[in-house]
Amino acid sequence: MIDAKTVLHVARLARLRLSPDEQQVMREELSGILEHIDVIRAIDLDGVPPTTHVLAVENVLRADEPRPGLPRDEALREAAHVVDDAFGVPRMD
Amino acid sequence: MPLRDLTASEQVRALAAGDTTSLELVDAHLAAVEADDVRAFLAVDAEGARARARAIDALPTRPPLGGVPIGIKDALSTRDVVTTAGSRMLEGFRPVYTATCVRRLEEAGAIVVGKTNMDEFAMGSSTENSAYANTLNPWDHGRVPGGSSGGSAAAVAERQVPWSLGSDTGGSIRQPAALCGIVGVKPTYGAVSRYGLIAFASSLDQVGPFSRTVTDAALLLRHMVGRDPMDSTSLDWPGAIALPTATDLTGLRVGVVEELMGEGVEPGVRGAIEASLREMEALGATVVPVSLPSTPSGLATYYVLAPAECSANLARFDGIRYGPSVAAETLLDQYEQTRGALFGPEVKRRIMLGTFALASGYYDEYYGRAQRVRTLIVREFTEAFRSVDVLASPTSPTVAFPLGDRTADPYAMYLADVCTIPVSLAGLPAISIPCGLSGGLPVGLQLAGPAFSENRLLDAAHAVEQALAFDTRPPGLVT
Repeated sequence: MIDAKTVLHVARLARLRLSPDEQQVMREELSGILEHIDVIRAIDLDGVPPTTHVLAVENVLRADEPRPGLPRDEALREAAHVVDDAFGVPRMD
Repeated sequence: MPLRDLTASEQVRALAAGDTTSLELVDAHLAAVEADDVRAFLAVDAEGARARARAIDALPTRPPLGGVPIGIKDALSTRDVVTTAGSRMLEGFRPVYTATCVRRLEEAGAIVVGKTNMDEFAMGSSTENSAYANTLNPWDHGRVPGGSSGGSAAAVAERQVPWSLGSDTGGSIRQPAALCGIVGVKPTYGAVSRYGLIAFASSLDQVGPFSRTVTDAALLLRHMVGRDPMDSTSLDWPGAIALPTATDLTGLRVGVVEELMGEGVEPGVRGAIEASLREMEALGATVVPVSLPSTPSGLATYYVLAPAECSANLARFDGIRYGPSVAAETLLDQYEQTRGALFGPEVKRRIMLGTFALASGYYDEYYGRAQRVRTLIVREFTEAFRSVDVLASPTSPTVAFPLGDRTADPYAMYLADVCTIPVSLAGLPAISIPCGLSGGLPVGLQLAGPAFSENRLLDAAHAVEQALAFDTRPPGLVT
């Protein structure tokens, strides 16, 4: 069961603004889902390592060669707000 | 025969023989797309498709896929063609590049006619989480097509396109294929480049084909696999995808996953699967029960890992570089308000669940444990494949359910993927083929194999398909 305070904390971490109604529904739904998920807390996992990748693959590197990036006008063309050839954002407090 | 009744392979042959043109094929299918009464497509690129068809018709030699139309799940980026992933967060978004798998298919002569509907950011099992429309099941318009690639599945079942692409994280190709009575393949993790696939859960996501026949799925997959420098998880495909030829299963060892045949599986589904298994025995296969004791924990494991990965992947949607945004006084307010206003309820639920599972104080108990249970599941599959070649189970525990039936209960919706998720967690390839009807609705048989066993799976599925001779035409469909 997760409480209202935890919902608010997690929503803040996730950068999600939830209305008071949404917070209440979220608390109930997440608690319900976590009850099902709790089965994994009862499994004996002594000596079992976590999966990092499902196949035995190694690090992949590419040659460090310069190549053109996305042209600036293309990079900016979908932005909601462009200022001086850059992404426009409101002030940061 | 009406052009739409030709399979993709038959269309390729008809083009090669000069019996039709790509433009004729594109026009015939576009007419069906535009008359769309199952709401399979979110966007149609009629003019672009016709232009590419004319260009291919003018070539001295046809490319391998000839100029046959295809539908693409809206999770795959297509340059200059609006790509929303079913979300308001990307309303009107025109990508600046095309996904590698789509580009490869276009280079091989496939013609993209449009983008298909899906659950928002591929999170869902009914396509009802799309921010734009509910797609209807071609077999019964009161039921869901499955999801999250429901539009791609419905478009193929309705013969609006002979094949399409979907993406599968926990079952999003196989489950809608099963519910719509068609073929769907989830390739080995890494077999197909994910570059240009809008990411949901990166350790699970794979792109794969939908089609009406196993041969068509193999033909499409052949042109998709292989390493891509733009996706470091993509792998060199050993050899090539072969077109299936098997008509018997002599020597094939089939394991039936006991844990996926019991409680929760509808009797009609179980009956159709059991009949298919008898057919496989008649074709020469040895069918034995196999136990994968950790599979019942698969669903819980997945609903920690996939939301955890999605919460990180979806952090990029901030309303600043692309997509709409909600104006606010400060940057933090803008992030929170944009994401709060433009993500739908299921996406918010998963982001919250995943953020919770990764948060300090909960990480070890949830994410950490889930990654270790995942290891148990991977090991059990590895062990099973020491004694069998292929694992069989239902693809979905139920046939297509009524629209609205599960939208009020998130966990009831999650149960739709209980049979497909364990295979996803192990990164293995699997195919769903239609194997019969229950109450007039299609049932899917899932066959899974070891990594890179696609050729054997396709061959086995082809032999079963030929023996069962399932009619993929939904009742009342006029072509």
